[in-house]
Amino acid sequence: MNKPRIAVYKMSSCAGCQLELLNLEPILLDVLGAVDLSYFVMARRDNEPGPYDIGLVEGAITTGEEIERLKKAREECRILVAMGACACYGGLPSIKNWQPQRVVESRVYENLAAIHSTTAYGIDYYVPVDAYLKGCPVSREELLEFIKGVLLGIRPYLRPHSVCVECKLHENVCLFVTEGQVCLGPVTTAGCGALCPSRGRPCEGCRGPANDANTVSLAQTMAEYGLHRSDIIRYFRKFAGMTPEFSKGAEAV
Amino acid sequence: MTEQAIRVDYIARVEGEGALKIKVKDNQITELQLRIFEPPRFFQGFLVGRKFDEVPGIVSRICGICPASHQITSIQALEDALGIEPSQQTKDLRLLLALSQWIQSHTLHIYFLALPDFLGYESAITMAKDHLTEVKRALKLKRLGNDLTALVGGREVHPVTPTIGGFTSVPSRKELQAIGERLKEARADALATIDLVSSLNIPAFERDCEHIALSADDTYAINGGRLVSTKGLNIPVWQYRNHIKERHIPHSNALHSYVEGRGSFLVGPLARVNLNMDKLSPEARKIAESTGIFPTFNPFYSILARAIELLHSIDACLELIERLDPQPEDIAYTVQAGQGFAITEAPRGSLYHSYRINDQGLIEEADIVSPTAHNVANMEEDLRAFVPSVLDLPLEEATLKCEMVIRNYDPCISCSVHFLRLEIERE
Repeated sequence: MNKPRIAVYKMSSCAGCQLELLNLEPILLDVLGAVDLSYFVMARRDNEPGPYDIGLVEGAITTGEEIERLKKAREECRILVAMGACACYGGLPSIKNWQPQRVVESRVYENLAAIHSTTAYGIDYYVPVDAYLKGCPVSREELLEFIKGVLLGIRPYLRPHSVCVECKLHENVCLFVTEGQVCLGPVTTAGCGALCPSRGRPCEGCRGPANDANTVSLAQTMAEYGLHRSDIIRYFRKFAGMTPEFSKGAEAV
Repeated sequence: MTEQAIRVDYIARVEGEGALKIKVKDNQITELQLRIFEPPRFFQGFLVGRKFDEVPGIVSRICGICPASHQITSIQALEDALGIEPSQQTKDLRLLLALSQWIQSHTLHIYFLALPDFLGYESAITMAKDHLTEVKRALKLKRLGNDLTALVGGREVHPVTPTIGGFTSVPSRKELQAIGERLKEARADALATIDLVSSLNIPAFERDCEHIALSADDTYAINGGRLVSTKGLNIPVWQYRNHIKERHIPHSNALHSYVEGRGSFLVGPLARVNLNMDKLSPEARKIAESTGIFPTFNPFYSILARAIELLHSIDACLELIERLDPQPEDIAYTVQAGQGFAITEAPRGSLYHSYRINDQGLIEEADIVSPTAHNVANMEEDLRAFVPSVLDLPLEEATLKCEMVIRNYDPCISCSVHFLRLEIERE
């Protein structure tokens, strides 16, 4: 069997998810023995044309030019993957979506005539997506598990449960219940190993909504903890505010 | 009459999206544009109205390569606004975090982004076939930097523990000492890196320009100090905006950073070694001095400066680990209205953050200037001076040489919020 050919595309992003490929250091050479990184502009000068077996798309879509590039990526890739929070559901760039576009732009740029920024969406707003690797940044373990899954022709295990499950498995003291620190763990997809709460920092929801996330109930609990409506909105409209579940949470109180 | 054009439509082996267009007519440059098509993400715009304690986690996402620098700089600017003085332990851990990122980022640039040019490969991936020892050394050094970032920060890309006033959790002395053993071993790899880089054929090219970096009396300045330059700039951080401005250059249609009354400038490893060589770790200093090269205004020596800083970073980490015995600390402060400023030395150079917050702790104004935004005008000036020397070369070789001029700066285009103005002014 030929080595699967991988393409890495950068949209509106920080390059952190594609860096996670290079951050596979101890096994990077083994990975390169199993797959070809055929198109990876951050790491190579001679990039090979498609078609590719796997396309890893990093970043939110915020310009018309990106929509076109994304459509081309969809055409040339057998499996198209949303890699990281931005590609999955807009990520942090989507924070701007709830402020008037021109107001946000004018805080950064003087001449707005040439700015053609659109509402920040995840890539499935424009093209069908085969897999979502969540998180900000993407989890290296899940990325690797996914590549292995493609190599073996099996479906990778995608975690449906919430961060709370992993937090309990770590036997962490609950930051929310015991310390009153507002935490999005109850409604956020697991897979990070409850990294933040295990380090004394509440979950910010970077992995987006878990299955059956009850964001309305969480929003009500936040209100009971004394949070103002504007605070609750800020919590939900951060990494994944464009998802229906977090939208509901933001509008619940 | 001959017309030539050098075009690079998507500059490879840099972080982010940029293109270069140079037009030459009768051996004169008629047009030179470093075009950035990295889409704007409006961090400074959407930060307005967010809560101050969210800022470090948000600005981290400006750049996946130097997230810790954005976190530390924003935290220090916000602490300045709130009147918080962090503990010595916090300062030490922040320095350790910054240094760990220097190790990771410098290794990435030296071996993966720059070295293939010098050794004649399109990437480190193809280079590995003939230079496996070097690539393995790079992977080992990069993992070490990453492991240290993860130990102090909780994660390599976008650390989670740094917060205003301190850290949400701290590593134990035992964990630090375990990684200290690996750092001791890595000194040999850093020395081998310096040897390797010293053996490279560095193009002869000098251009007089101002070099700017933080500088301090007692240490190789990273997370604090005064902003100084090779042309006499010497200011406290809060005066930054009084001296560093941006302007519209008609011929390049770009807003460029410049020093008031002078011109474009260079930030990064070369500027730091040039200005602060005497503050390097003893062995790094000895090596830097023995080369007889520094101070130099040949930007191609940036890779050597980076290699020397790699050794310095390992030495400085070891010194910190020797004395650190981190204990959990209570973080307490009151929210008040104010404005704060901070500059740190990110791997690529001076990084400026400033915030104004109201008495509710909401951000009213954010101002962020990344190292690459500082450097972009200087990159164009370098190219303008450099291009005539490569016009006689075959186009492909000339193009590669021009790319190398840009890669000297290790440009991090994702980072460069202000960099983007380039494209705006074009139309």
